[in-house]
Amino acid sequence: MTTENLVYERPEAFTEMPTHYCPGCTHGVAHRLVAEVLDEMGIVDKTIGVAPVGCAVFAYNYFATDFVEAPHGRAPAMATGVKRVLPDRVVFTYQGDGDLASIGMGEIVHAAARGENITVIFINNANYGMTGGQMAPTTLPGMKTSSSQSGRDVETQGYPIKVSEMLSTLEGVGYCVRRSLHDPKNIRLAKKAIRAAFETQVRGLGFSMVELLSTCPTNWGITPVNSLKFVEEHMVPAYPLGDYKVSDAVKQIKI
Amino acid sequence: MAAKGWIEVSDTYCKGCELCISACPQNVMELNMAHLTPKGYHPAHTFKDGCTGCAICAVVCPDAAITVYREVTKSVSSMAAPV
Repeated sequence: MTTENLVYERPEAFTEMPTHYCPGCTHGVAHRLVAEVLDEMGIVDKTIGVAPVGCAVFAYNYFATDFVEAPHGRAPAMATGVKRVLPDRVVFTYQGDGDLASIGMGEIVHAAARGENITVIFINNANYGMTGGQMAPTTLPGMKTSSSQSGRDVETQGYPIKVSEMLSTLEGVGYCVRRSLHDPKNIRLAKKAIRAAFETQVRGLGFSMVELLSTCPTNWGITPVNSLKFVEEHMVPAYPLGDYKVSDAVKQIKI
Repeated sequence: MAAKGWIEVSDTYCKGCELCISACPQNVMELNMAHLTPKGYHPAHTFKDGCTGCAICAVVCPDAAITVYREVTKSVSSMAAPV
């Protein structure tokens, strides 16, 4: 088995630790894409990640980069501090929807408004995965969760928050897109977007965020394969994929 | 003729989620019901010939458990690695 034969292997930006994620959870895919991008850009040694509270709370065990753990929702605030003190490092946060879109909504909006030069990987799986699948701000109308057992009622619980659309209105944002992880084609597009987001930061072009539609097979109560179908049939129509803001300077980047 | 490839699935990482099995364009993957990983999962494996080393399984794998190899031929060796 020579390296000549090798087509794909586990990224070097990963540690040897197996993840604690449930089988089939696309958190692992998102982790892998970030690790592959760090490998390709050769920035593993100067990257600092900020882990959230949520399923990805143990992300620091899986990446071979430096990592800090932020209080719930405060990853963008902590990343702001890290980046301002160490401007030559690449700083990214990895947050779920319960973390970013709920308790951390203030932090993410103001970090984006200030145009902090950080990269945010936002995992949208429409519920609070770690605590048992409660309703999140991103839960779809009518979707059953453990805290909305007859389905999310928009009369009393409101409509889902579309974070990418909202942040794209802010001046400080350089790159803000939504991608999905439900099939190989979209996974490849997601990886390109993550690369572009990190390139945005390396060139100092402002705040960058990639929202990734993700699965939660355990809390949705369906198999991993059916979870991907659920994303394709229900989440993609509710959260349209696309580039919500790509600043002119970011468009010039040639990878 | 299609390129000949093969994969190695890590017992340490595979959780038997079956995403690679449904994604495999050649339909040559299944769970190995005769084998358990240390964590207690039936890992994925290729059960018949036909793997082309396209690496789609590795692209969808949430646990980076799959290493993909492809037989080197003149036309294939000049191709860029996928993903």
